[in-house]
Amino acid sequence: MDLTHIAAIVLRQFYLIRGSLSRVLPLFVWAGIDIVLWGFITKYLNTVTPPGLNLVPSLLGAVLLWDFLIRVMQGVTMAFFEDVWSRNFLNIFATPLSISEYLSGLVLASIATSSVGLLVMVVLATTVFGLSFFVYGLMLVPFFLVLFMCGIALGILGSGLVLRLGPPAEWFVWPIPAIISPFVGVFYPLSTLPRWMRYISRVLPPSYVFEGMRAIVSGGSTAPHGLLWGSCLAMLYILLACWFFTRVYRYAVHTGLIARYSAETIS
Amino acid sequence: MSKVLSVTQLCKTYGETVAVDGLSFDVGRNEIVGLLGPNGAGKTTTINMILGVLAPASGKICIEGVDVATHRSQALQRTNFAAVYAPLPGNLTVQQNLRVFGLLYAVKNLAERIAALLQQFDLEKFRDVKCGVLSSGEQTRVSLAKAMLNSPQLLLLDEPTASLDPAIARDIRKKIRDFAAQGTGGVLWTSHNMYEVEEVCSRVLFLSRGRILLEGDPKTLPSEHSKASLEELFISLAREPLTLEVE
Repeated sequence: MDLTHIAAIVLRQFYLIRGSLSRVLPLFVWAGIDIVLWGFITKYLNTVTPPGLNLVPSLLGAVLLWDFLIRVMQGVTMAFFEDVWSRNFLNIFATPLSISEYLSGLVLASIATSSVGLLVMVVLATTVFGLSFFVYGLMLVPFFLVLFMCGIALGILGSGLVLRLGPPAEWFVWPIPAIISPFVGVFYPLSTLPRWMRYISRVLPPSYVFEGMRAIVSGGSTAPHGLLWGSCLAMLYILLACWFFTRVYRYAVHTGLIARYSAETIS
Repeated sequence: MSKVLSVTQLCKTYGETVAVDGLSFDVGRNEIVGLLGPNGAGKTTTINMILGVLAPASGKICIEGVDVATHRSQALQRTNFAAVYAPLPGNLTVQQNLRVFGLLYAVKNLAERIAALLQQFDLEKFRDVKCGVLSSGEQTRVSLAKAMLNSPQLLLLDEPTASLDPAIARDIRKKIRDFAAQGTGGVLWTSHNMYEVEEVCSRVLFLSRGRILLEGDPKTLPSEHSKASLEELFISLAREPLTLEVE
């Protein structure tokens, strides 16, 4: 892998964001609104639940973690969509850039953009609503790691779908987190779910994060093997997503789809 | 003359449709080869296959002896292109686009190279202007500057002067002729402007239905086929390719 090629993809994204308020605001506005909204909901729920029960770490903490995954996923897909919207595939894939370098560039761009959203969420949640990350202890590191890896996998999968199905398939990408969220138990224990949904939960890495988080908040400890399994699954999904994207790219090169993304016709 | 591009028995089909049918040709150093033919002849398909964005059904493409199919990155490192249908992203400035693509082509001393190209293509005043707000002629010049970034050994130009006014088109033709004459690279050029082709190209390939029907010097080819001009030859080829095939 050539680091210069990866730097080019990141630099392109940096230029786009730096010069556009409409790209800067989405990095943190929706995440911030989510924290404010759920912060007040949590505050209200704290007043109607038995004294001593603090919902901030379990509810607001869950919103923050889930939004982080969404920001990571959108960090990858938005960087990819910039090439779709500017009809840049022919230019970019006719360079010596390899697919692994391209995907690495998208991931690095996502790390930068999702960090902005995370920072804003953390500042709001801790200063305005009193969320303390000390509650989670060191387990916060694997929590974020698993969600980050899962977000990357979903981002690459979504990008592959759009590459295969064309720009209108963007519609399929945005709801992916919403489709997954009921299965991973962001706001409720997995035991709440019917049996068939729990089977699906077991293969979704975020399930282990949210179950672990609730276990810690309720005074217990999270099972390390659950998080380890979640990490392994997330890593597997990244590899599968990369494999899927590469397959789609090869299909697009075989059928002429890459060229047709830019050129109206092939003569 | 050593070859910068060698295409051997190249084929591409889309279902039942044969887009390119056993194409073989070379481009030598310091040579500008015109790839001519009516719409649908297979010119852009051929260029896309050389650029590695379209996989051939069969055949082989080598750029300076490097096989595009097996050593794509190394082959494309020596190549660049400009096409009227592939403008650079309009949401980046001229300089930003050149910097991004300069990194993708791993250009050494990039800042100096960009400054030289901005001057060469009279783009200095547009350095910090977003490409999307440039006129089509200015965008073409930016695309050409991008195509020259890595001083490619093989330069592919798909109708590079299509949106330029005659004065700028002449200037661009001179720059490309200079590129071919002074450097060590070769150029594969498609155009529908036969006067331009006659002026620029040292050799032309006439394509029809994915096959080369004629090949030769654009200055002598018309008389060899009893035609008054290259344009007349092109028209008769486009209308009745089989007649010329028999000849």
